[in-house]
Amino acid sequence: MSADATLGRFARIVLGALPFVVLVAIYAIGSHLRRLENPSDKLLPSFDAMASTFWAMATQPDQRSGNLLLWSDTAASLGRLGAGMLITASVALSLGIIIGYLPRTRATLAPFIAAISLIPPITVLPILFVVFGLGEVSKVMLIVVGTAPIMTRSLAQAVMDIPREEIVKAETLGASSLQLVFRVVLPQIWPRLVTAMRLGLVPAWIFLISAEAIASTGGLGYRIFLVRRYLAMDVILPYVAWITLLAYGLDRLLHLFSRRLFRWAHLTGESL
Amino acid sequence: MSAPNLVEVSGVGVSYGDCPVLKRVNLSVAEGAFVTIVGASGCGKSTFLRLLLSQERPTAGTIKMAGAPLPSRPTPDRGIVFQRYSVFPHLTVTENLILPLEIERARLFGRTYGRQRRVLREEVQATLHHIGLTPARDRYPAQLSGGMQQRLAIAQALLKKPRILLLDEPFGALDPGIRRDMHELLLSLWQETGMTIFMVTHDIAEAFKLGTRLIVFDKTRGGEEAATSAATITYDLPLRRPAAGVPDLAADSIRAADTLERAVSMLGGETKREAKKEEGEAS
Repeated sequence: MSADATLGRFARIVLGALPFVVLVAIYAIGSHLRRLENPSDKLLPSFDAMASTFWAMATQPDQRSGNLLLWSDTAASLGRLGAGMLITASVALSLGIIIGYLPRTRATLAPFIAAISLIPPITVLPILFVVFGLGEVSKVMLIVVGTAPIMTRSLAQAVMDIPREEIVKAETLGASSLQLVFRVVLPQIWPRLVTAMRLGLVPAWIFLISAEAIASTGGLGYRIFLVRRYLAMDVILPYVAWITLLAYGLDRLLHLFSRRLFRWAHLTGESL
Repeated sequence: MSAPNLVEVSGVGVSYGDCPVLKRVNLSVAEGAFVTIVGASGCGKSTFLRLLLSQERPTAGTIKMAGAPLPSRPTPDRGIVFQRYSVFPHLTVTENLILPLEIERARLFGRTYGRQRRVLREEVQATLHHIGLTPARDRYPAQLSGGMQQRLAIAQALLKKPRILLLDEPFGALDPGIRRDMHELLLSLWQETGMTIFMVTHDIAEAFKLGTRLIVFDKTRGGEEAATSAATITYDLPLRRPAAGVPDLAADSIRAADTLERAVSMLGGETKREAKKEEGEAS
């Protein structure tokens, strides 16, 4: 039972909404004051202006490319993010299991991965551009380089957290090493993989937007850095809100996915 | 004891680096015995059990089972129930029970599907009923009480029909009432299967009540170098039990209490005698 369990549902919703309301109110006042002085102020556009720009980007084809920019940007970014997370998840899962499960591999790989994880990923970006070119591969690879080491470490730890007793018990039930991995280790790692992915998504978004800002021809990060030149805050602010919403949505989706598929892992304690 | 011994432990010692834990452990156990093992914490009781399981290997001496040296890894002929983590948290009660059967039949990944799986679920119905978990068959271990979890753990360990069942303080975390029920279950299973049981417990009354033989592990002074004291078997008491059949619980517990009283005074006397002997040797 948590400390706020005594609060009613309504009170919790109101309290949770409060900071958002305050932020919006402060912005609205600031925007209003600035536009009183200069009706064509670009820095703090009105909510109306942002909404109409955003709506136009979502529904009217771009004059040059003929695309619905919001959707083509979103698709490009989510595609890169999805590919990056998929590769990272498979790398982290396979490395995590052999590092966590086999002491010899652990001795070989754990220090290496600990060292690799300390390289600031963005410093690798020029190398990735040189090696993989300016196309999609280098952007996806930046996400992989940036998130795989920490996710691998957290999955290796998850494997090591499985009580020794369970492994021994499975052996007394006649399990071979392969059966042990597939029936005892792997199923218990799935929910931890989802958790690692939820945490990994935070840096993944940073690397995605950075890569798109530096070299790209589409994507959410590309768009906000492109329109920055024209001080188009009416595009940037809604885009930032949209990216935040996407990130939040992905996080909740993964959480829901884990609760549905791995019900056993969510029986005790509360989870975020 | 005319029957050949199932387990032969001779001169077994265990040290971690320079630190001896067990030394000169000798023990012969006949098939069908119920050996209870007691001793202060840190006296190597659990280490001894891990040796019998092949989870650890002795640094000195040998252990033989049915005349052959123990395999180097845990095998299905020796079942185990720990105090905790004995069942798999990601599997429901039924899935926990069919796991040993799946491991047997799906050699590669140990997983069955569809009809084969339904057949296995049918097969464990009787076991489920026997341990009273039929209403809870689709629950996960985290949704079970401590007693239910241990009943499941014992049933799971017995599905492979081990010759030896090893129990490491299996009822240590249970309430007294539940513990009494578990004793009944364990004794009836032992009588049905005729398996040999080694049970570590810190509850001396439990040890007297259940065992046909009680073993005490204790530290012995290593002569001059008292700092490096390792534990060994200091007492090995045969216990008389009522003949096979459903044990009469009331009579049983009275008898257990009597035996306990006798044993405590006996242990005390022995200790004093030994202390005197040591003094005698020292002077």
